[in-house]
Amino acid sequence: MVDALSHLRVLEAESIYILREVAAEFSRPVMLYSAGKDSSVMLRLALKAFYPAKPPFPLLHVDTTFKFRAMIDFRDRMCAELGLSLIVYTAREATEQGMNPFLFGTQRCCGLLKTKALLDALAEGGFDAALGGARREEEKARAKERIYSFRDSKGQWDPKNQRPEPWNLFNGRVEKGESVRVFPLSNWTELDVWEYIRQEDIPVVPLYFAREREMLVRGNLLIDPEHAPPLLPGERLERVMCRMRSLGCTYCTGAIRSTAETVSDVVEELGAFVRSERENRVIDHDEEGSMEIKKREGYF
Amino acid sequence: MEPGLLRFTTAGSVDDGKSTLIGRLLYDTRSVYEDQIESAHKASRHGLELAFLTDGLRAEREQGITIDVAYRFFSTARRRFILADTPGHEQYTRNMVTAASTADVAVVLVDARKGVLPQTKRHACIAWLFGIQYLVVAVNKMDIVEYSREIFDRIRADFLTFSAKLVGCQVEFIPVSALEGENVVCRSRRMPWFEGCSLLEYLESAPTAEFAAQLCPPGHNSGLPAFRLPVQYVIREGEFRGYAGRIASGSVRRGDELQIQPSGQTTRVSSISTYDGNLERASAPMSVALTLQDQLDIGRGSMLADPANPPLAAQRLTATLVWMSESPLDPQRPYLMKLATQHMCAAVTGVLSRLDIHTLEEVPAASLALNEIGIVELETHRPLFCDLYDRNHATGGFILIDPIDNQTMAAGMIRSVADPRGLRLQTTGGSRNGLTVWFTGLSSSGKTTLSGAIYERLWAMGYKLELLDGDVVRRNLSRELGFSREDRDENIRRIGFVAELLTRNGVIVLVSAISPYRAMRDEIRARIGNFVEVYVNAPLAVCEQRDVKGLYRRARGGKLSSLTGIDDPYEPPARPEVECQTDRENLAESTDKVLKAIACCLAVRPDQAAKWQDVLGFNLRHQSP
Repeated sequence: MVDALSHLRVLEAESIYILREVAAEFSRPVMLYSAGKDSSVMLRLALKAFYPAKPPFPLLHVDTTFKFRAMIDFRDRMCAELGLSLIVYTAREATEQGMNPFLFGTQRCCGLLKTKALLDALAEGGFDAALGGARREEEKARAKERIYSFRDSKGQWDPKNQRPEPWNLFNGRVEKGESVRVFPLSNWTELDVWEYIRQEDIPVVPLYFAREREMLVRGNLLIDPEHAPPLLPGERLERVMCRMRSLGCTYCTGAIRSTAETVSDVVEELGAFVRSERENRVIDHDEEGSMEIKKREGYF
Repeated sequence: MEPGLLRFTTAGSVDDGKSTLIGRLLYDTRSVYEDQIESAHKASRHGLELAFLTDGLRAEREQGITIDVAYRFFSTARRRFILADTPGHEQYTRNMVTAASTADVAVVLVDARKGVLPQTKRHACIAWLFGIQYLVVAVNKMDIVEYSREIFDRIRADFLTFSAKLVGCQVEFIPVSALEGENVVCRSRRMPWFEGCSLLEYLESAPTAEFAAQLCPPGHNSGLPAFRLPVQYVIREGEFRGYAGRIASGSVRRGDELQIQPSGQTTRVSSISTYDGNLERASAPMSVALTLQDQLDIGRGSMLADPANPPLAAQRLTATLVWMSESPLDPQRPYLMKLATQHMCAAVTGVLSRLDIHTLEEVPAASLALNEIGIVELETHRPLFCDLYDRNHATGGFILIDPIDNQTMAAGMIRSVADPRGLRLQTTGGSRNGLTVWFTGLSSSGKTTLSGAIYERLWAMGYKLELLDGDVVRRNLSRELGFSREDRDENIRRIGFVAELLTRNGVIVLVSAISPYRAMRDEIRARIGNFVEVYVNAPLAVCEQRDVKGLYRRARGGKLSSLTGIDDPYEPPARPEVECQTDRENLAESTDKVLKAIACCLAVRPDQAAKWQDVLGFNLRHQSP
């Protein structure tokens, strides 16, 4: 009898295999959890991988303080419901000094509140492996990532010197201070993620679904006004039927005009998309190859 | 049935237009977004250069080459695809290896103007070595050669001359123009002489490796995958003990009997547990957790397998290695081996040959440098549970890691196993090409004579040797010991310990000692592992008549007590590797028997093979099969 597994089941099996390898091979793994759709899928896969036990690692959220309130609520609710331990880390020094994307620019803000905060959080926790929900399909530099992405003691990535991974045999040996970023969703696409959310009935933040929202319209961008970005002359808030395609900080992740109100609507909408998912991420486009530069510095 | 997932890899030489081909494949299947096209547009020098859709790293853009494997995802109405785009440069061969190891199909690009290049052969060769059964040779830039059928046919003929040696590989040739989109997604109108399908049509219909494997009839020797589940992790929750892993091959049902390695014990499957409920049946490549009927010692590195078709247990094996590190292979260095979920120390005990990728011939070699491929012999410090790579990629492929700098040094594929299961399964002691030959028997049975003869023969062949004689060891290490059972056991234990140390360091140790108690000999066998027991058997009457040391006379005269055979028991071996009846056969006959047994337990280097042939009168089959 030949029964071909659906591509979602094949991807699921591969991701569970990766999660179990990490739990078995590292002394202090941690899972990055941002409450976004990829995080939500990764969390479900972790629940599956260790069922009936709980995942044997804590969740870590790097909170830049510029996240959507709805994400924070969702994050806390999920962790409470599932009884998972969550570490929230914020770059106190930088936030207290008033770092923000409006005045200091997105590059600098992201470098301090996200990349540096992440590195500090990993160092402070002594974590030797950090699971992240990044996918190769998202961006050209990510397309070149291994599943185990080795980082030196400064958290940096050297794309020319990655460890080969034949047969998905991962080499997770690290010295003290070095670490590995692990991407269980490497081979998933945005469409896979949504089809899986539909198939598995995975809860996600309502921001992903279209409704009328009060937004700041700036050129092609639809910016959520939650953290009070300063308005340019002549700008005002407008009610727009829209949804978030990708979730990060409010100012740096624009919404898209959409009428997709359910998971199925979203899956259908994706089929018709002609623009990429991270297009609305300001930071990816500061210059050609900017994601690679950020990754070299320690970004996910 | 759902469309499934096809993994394929692309490779080509510099400037074959590979990135353009992939860009075309993605562009024409509408798998790139507008903003990605715009960004590629910006980077292009003139018009839209499709290559910029794929060359992602800054260095790649600067140098105009592809450095690392890039993964691309696209789908058509028929199937979902994962494409691993690999670099053409020889220096990045290791990246190609990563991609080839999991691919169902390999697409090799040839520039129509340049024909078959060394790189083309290298790529095809690697695809073949890694067991990819379906190879597509895409002859690109057909637009530049005016879609010439002659050129295409010549390249095809050239390649076929070479690929005839790639046994088991099905090769398909497609003339394409990535730039113009001919025969990439749609069939070309400019090459009406070509009757085959387009590249995409081929990819849509090619069988996946998993699918092809499942089609073999059960029990078929050609390699229907038997059930294998390498245990990754043990899930504990209250009373629950779930042995978690990804099914490497075959399938399992609730109630099935399974054999557990390394213990060899069997038990049955109580349940196949998943988050979505228990299953009646599961098959590769699913990730599951099994609960078992008996509480056994199972952890990461254990393997659950079909008892009718268990994995091989080996400490000595030959394998094809692709060397992926700048530091060449060093036979003096221990490496860490990772195979499925097993980790162990491994030493390369010999490089048998290097593969010349232009001729596909095996040439002599002493080491392997970066990107070289060769056949080596390996020894592991404890039994490795595995399959031959041709039978099972998931349990026959491994990596070697440098224990000092943690780099992944090589990818390996098991080709043969020198000691497929059997006597030495339970051993814990390691050996690096060493061996203990243990001569046991009554006093005056002929142990000293026989071991001395063996010593001379092996010495003449250049082996590192040591002879441990029971009496000599007693004088030096065991002066205080007498001849009670406890003291005799202690003496033998000390001899065994010394023999173990020497064996571990590559020495052939010949032990000549009465060693009367079976339990003690078996204990030492278990510790040393690579062990040949020679029962030097002569009837007591014959020994008493020989009485080389006068012991029997003294014992009969009441001047000596506890002499083995007289007033202390001798327990003959139950299953010795060799038995020599020294009262019936001459020394030459006995020597011959022992040498043959030794030859079977040694990793014989090629330079020693001829000598062995002289000694034994037959050719050693150390490179089986």
